[in-house]
Amino acid sequence: MNMLDIQILLIMMVVGAVIAVESRNLLSAIVAVGLVGLFQSLAFLLLMAPDLAIVQLVVEILGIVILLRATIKRDTISPEGGFRFLPVFAGIVLAAPIVIAACLTALELPAFGHPLMSVAKTYIADGLAKTGAGNIVAGIILDFRAYDTLGEAVVLFTAVIGALAVLRKVGRKQKEERSAAE
Amino acid sequence: MMTNNQPGMTLIVKTITRLTVGVILLYGIYIVLHGHLTPGGGFAGGVIIALSFVHLMLAFGKEVALKRFSMAAASVFESLAGLMFLTVAVLGFLGGWFFLSIYGKGEPFALFSAHMVLLSNIAIGCKVGAGLFAVVLGMLILTKSEGKK
Repeated sequence: MNMLDIQILLIMMVVGAVIAVESRNLLSAIVAVGLVGLFQSLAFLLLMAPDLAIVQLVVEILGIVILLRATIKRDTISPEGGFRFLPVFAGIVLAAPIVIAACLTALELPAFGHPLMSVAKTYIADGLAKTGAGNIVAGIILDFRAYDTLGEAVVLFTAVIGALAVLRKVGRKQKEERSAAE
Repeated sequence: MMTNNQPGMTLIVKTITRLTVGVILLYGIYIVLHGHLTPGGGFAGGVIIALSFVHLMLAFGKEVALKRFSMAAASVFESLAGLMFLTVAVLGFLGGWFFLSIYGKGEPFALFSAHMVLLSNIAIGCKVGAGLFAVVLGMLILTKSEGKK
């Protein structure tokens, strides 16, 4: 595996994120966010994780569609903002401990490409025999670790119920009629 | 149903959509059903199924997509699929434990193998597809209502 590919992709992701934050035009900011997701999907593909790459790509497309529908009819120019000393200073002070802690943690981790694999060794060795699934990832997340997947499904269910409760038509219609009557 | 006279995008987009939307839906179903054999699985396939209906909605307007897959149908599908996944888990109690695989394994690399993974993939695919389509519908209804003001 060529490490240079991954590093180029990571740098492109950082560039896309900075463009998304700094751009004045909301439409180009959304396109830059899509760029970050696309490069992340490519990085997963290079790291030989096609399952993650597919999920990342399709979820990114759905997110971009929602963001575009939410912003394209609005005023696409964001408010003016200049460089102010205090917020930048506060941001640096708050971010510095997190960055330092992350760097210290990264030194302790096993080297890239050499994971510990104490539990996962069993999964990879016995996965096909115990689950019968040819795709070892599906065998792990839906058989060995199906309880985690149940939690994930509950999270998604709660998120959908929450979104539909906030965005439902009934309450808003009553409020609009009441404000029209006044 | 999918005529050119309705509100929505231009004729080019509508023609291309009419050709591709069924293929995208079939591809999503393929990804869900082959989740235990090839990369993908219930979540990715469910998002692709939701995207095919979103594609229809963007090109032809809300009404055409709602006629295919209404809000009530999306709610029922999502809840039933969630219950189906839970049932797969609870049936493990027949063998002794929650989430115990009692369904047999089948022949490796055949379509009907790893029955627990297959059933869970189908349940999660239905759930994710219906749930995400319902969220997109909610977002669209919100923007329509604000546009009227």
